Amino acid sequence: MKLIVYYLIGLVFGVGISISGMANPAKVLNFFDLAGSWDPSLMFVMGGALIVTFIGYRLAFRRSAPLMAPRFEVPTRRDLDLPLIGGSAVFGIGWGIAGFCPGGALPALGTGMIEVAIFVASLIAGLLTARVLRRVGVNALTKSTT
Amino acid sequence: MTPIVTEFTPLASAFGGALIGLAAVLLMTFGGRIFGATGILSGAILPTGAGDRAWRWALLAGMVSGPLAVQLMTGSMPAVEIPISLPMIIVGGFLVGVGVNFSSGCTSGHGVCGMARLSPRSIVATLTFMAATIVTVYIVRHVIGA
Repeated sequence: MKLIVYYLIGLVFGVGISISGMANPAKVLNFFDLAGSWDPSLMFVMGGALIVTFIGYRLAFRRSAPLMAPRFEVPTRRDLDLPLIGGSAVFGIGWGIAGFCPGGALPALGTGMIEVAIFVASLIAGLLTARVLRRVGVNALTKSTT
Repeated sequence: MTPIVTEFTPLASAFGGALIGLAAVLLMTFGGRIFGATGILSGAILPTGAGDRAWRWALLAGMVSGPLAVQLMTGSMPAVEIPISLPMIIVGGFLVGVGVNFSSGCTSGHGVCGMARLSPRSIVATLTFMAATIVTVYIVRHVIGA
């Protein structure tokens, strides 16, 4: 039963992404191409999403706990560090090259296009590589301090 | 490469964005979680030790069903136009994967959910990746001319 609810929530997201244009790299890249074929549509995606989420979260947090889980699990960190900023910059470079972000590409898989599958496979390869890099980095740090 | 010209679609994009926001609010209300494509994908494929991964797979299944649902409602699949070469898809996808792992989030997690919570980390992440994407698209299209 719970899984059906999660499936339907994912479906709302997938339909939203599909309608909005976020699943279309041509549209995404044109949004960022201020000096060329600029298409401001994605500003409206962001605006629509932010207004609903900003108000909806405030209503959701009036409850003491979510309906299907024991507690709200939201990030609490507030510090700005290098992985956050450097990682965001690398993400932006990749987004500018390929035109897909993870939230746009995952629903786009449903079109059955092979290019989307190749993007998602590369994305997963990147996730796994970063995981190894971070582990190596943490090991090197702990070694240098002991 | 000539960029594909895309039509300005403020209404469809705002409506799609509102659905993205609705999905984020529903996931918080029911599951108490942030709707971040990066976190959902990572949690589904990588061993986290938490054990509870079924809800992430259910969300992913819903997301991937988005284009088909749109086809059932409107009669046509959402457009996914890819104006770039295969090597660029692979390089872009890999960089996106590395970046979002380090930054712990992407457009959905930081750009929508985190910004709606006014999280300083998410605001900085979003400004950083948007700027990096604009610069990258400028370089790719107007400096290299790919």
